[in-house]
Amino acid sequence: MTRLKTFQELFKRDRRPGDLVFAVLFLGFCLFLLANLRSQAQWLDNTATVAQPAFWPTVAVIGMSFFAGLHLIGSMVSPRIPGRLKEGIFWLRSAEYAVYFLIYVWSVPIVGYLLSTILFSLFLTVRLGYRSRTAIIMSVLFGLSVVLVFRTGLQVRIPPGQFYQYLPDSIRTFAMVYL
Amino acid sequence: MEAILGGIQILMSWQVLVALLIGSVGGVIIGAIPGVGAAVAIAILLPATFAFEPIVGLTVLLGIYGSAMYGGSIPAILLNTPGTPVNALTTYDGYPMTKRGQAHRALSLAYSASFFGGVFAIICLILFAPVLAWVAPNFGSREIFLAALLGIILVILAHRGQIMAAGMMAFLGIFLSTIGLEPARYTHRFTFGQGWLTSGINLIVIVLGLFAISQALLLLLDKERKPESARVEGSLWGGFVELLGLKRVAGVASSLGVMMGTIPGVGEFTAQFLSYTYAQKTSKTPETFGDGSPEGLVASECANNAVPAAAMIPLLALGVPGEALTAMMLSVFYVHNVIPGPQLFQNEMDFVMALYMAMLLLNVIVIVFLLSSTNLLLKITQIPTRFLGMMILVLSFVGVYSLRNSAVDCALAAGFGVFGLILKRLNLPIVPIVLGVVLGAIMEVKLRSAIARINEPLDWFNRPISVVLILLILFVVGNHYRAVLLEHRQRVQRAADGELKGREGEAPVAPEGF
Repeated sequence: MTRLKTFQELFKRDRRPGDLVFAVLFLGFCLFLLANLRSQAQWLDNTATVAQPAFWPTVAVIGMSFFAGLHLIGSMVSPRIPGRLKEGIFWLRSAEYAVYFLIYVWSVPIVGYLLSTILFSLFLTVRLGYRSRTAIIMSVLFGLSVVLVFRTGLQVRIPPGQFYQYLPDSIRTFAMVYL
Repeated sequence: MEAILGGIQILMSWQVLVALLIGSVGGVIIGAIPGVGAAVAIAILLPATFAFEPIVGLTVLLGIYGSAMYGGSIPAILLNTPGTPVNALTTYDGYPMTKRGQAHRALSLAYSASFFGGVFAIICLILFAPVLAWVAPNFGSREIFLAALLGIILVILAHRGQIMAAGMMAFLGIFLSTIGLEPARYTHRFTFGQGWLTSGINLIVIVLGLFAISQALLLLLDKERKPESARVEGSLWGGFVELLGLKRVAGVASSLGVMMGTIPGVGEFTAQFLSYTYAQKTSKTPETFGDGSPEGLVASECANNAVPAAAMIPLLALGVPGEALTAMMLSVFYVHNVIPGPQLFQNEMDFVMALYMAMLLLNVIVIVFLLSSTNLLLKITQIPTRFLGMMILVLSFVGVYSLRNSAVDCALAAGFGVFGLILKRLNLPIVPIVLGVVLGAIMEVKLRSAIARINEPLDWFNRPISVVLILLILFVVGNHYRAVLLEHRQRVQRAADGELKGREGEAPVAPEGF
């Protein structure tokens, strides 16, 4: 009994709401990788152990599982702070903005970097509750300046939008190269 | 001397100087905005710098890295909110000084201490460069593998109280580095038959997701904060005179910063902690620490600004990054086919010197900029945090998409963003993932090439540096085990004496445990 108590004391740590959920999910992910280790990484004949393609994935997955197991023990023996559901909802809410981001990614090769960036910053500004004229103007200026700095100035590799093909001849090439 | 002159010649191009100006001023601004930080900025700008010459690209990133902490001291002192995580200790003494009406003095001292720490570290680097050039060629594949292994172990052990979480994150990083087509035998590893996983997961996608997108999501979802602060009146040059009276603390703190920066996986926090503890123990007024002590402020600012320059040592000399930001910089080297490591010190010493002198110059630019525009920076710190989140999310797109115009990369980065947000909310460490990715790849390649010359286990001990590194690894692990055991015994003893009774008669959580 004393040994068990000592063990518990050793693993006690600061535990935030949602810690146990994360620890269980992470260990589940590790076990899934462990179960797939044989099929997803190969051991070849006549090759030294450390030079085997499967050597480092095996080390990594076993290491992850070992520490994830101990982390879960730590989570189970540490004092719980209530608020798991609220925290889970917070994590899920972040998916909303991740989806907006992916819609923005999808729109860039279609409508072009300039228009999609201005619309995305404007949309997010409104979505966040900023409705003042200053906020709207600032978001449009920000979107514009991002495009001017990165696409026009630094010429980073972003493909021109398909929409640019329908622009008048006089500005089509300019838009394709700089916007 | 020849290398120094060569370095000056490399620096004297308008592109490098403009990069230096943009990097250092941009770094101060980014550091001054709570919630952004150098990691986010470097992650976003990384792909943009691939188009530049290596020295130009690295100068921009170095500028941001080296100057962000200067800017981070402004909100730490005036608003009690550290601009970058490493400025947290600055709030201990800086903010109480502001409350006493000494904001002007605190800022002035912080700037001069930061300048001293930064310049001290670079002078050390320049002086040690010949020694490094002499030692570095003795590092073969075996030694670099052991140095990377030591780095991983130190990163895990540096997270006291979170060792298990740091361990699983470091191994997750190593796992991520193995996904895709294996480079020696071309077999697939953990691709699950998916074509988009064949080329692996790019480091920048992981870094952008974990640092930039996660921070954007956090700011977008959190409550709005719009900090307010009064203007700072008068000249800020006085701190240099006051620093003269605190030269012992400044010297020791900067030396500790250099030492801790050199060791992979240790970094600013340990340097600050040791410096602060030293300053407090040797002070005539230890009771003022945490309540507006100029010595405490100087100790923390000198130490954290000495680290960035010193952290370049393992990166340049061995190709082994010691923390997340230098890990990101490693990818700039690789993109330009400049391989940091012993060969760099042997063959391109002028390039190394150019980097050192760029860091020296950036400290001068930053201090001049800070002394003349603190009130302007104060306005920038007042950007509403959710609006800032929108800005980071928009900028993150450039970082990920410009890599290879892949929507899959963006989706992966968004996934890592959500994962990073969860880790931040749970106060779990992120840095071990990035170091795991970088050091894992290094360990795999180096161990494979080292093993050709190792026929039996004792062969690991037939080279002096290899022996030193193995002994260091054993010492670090053994020492940590001993420390945990000792602390645990003390806790048990104190609990038995009835000193640690918490709520409902239960002993409180052990922050020093695993």
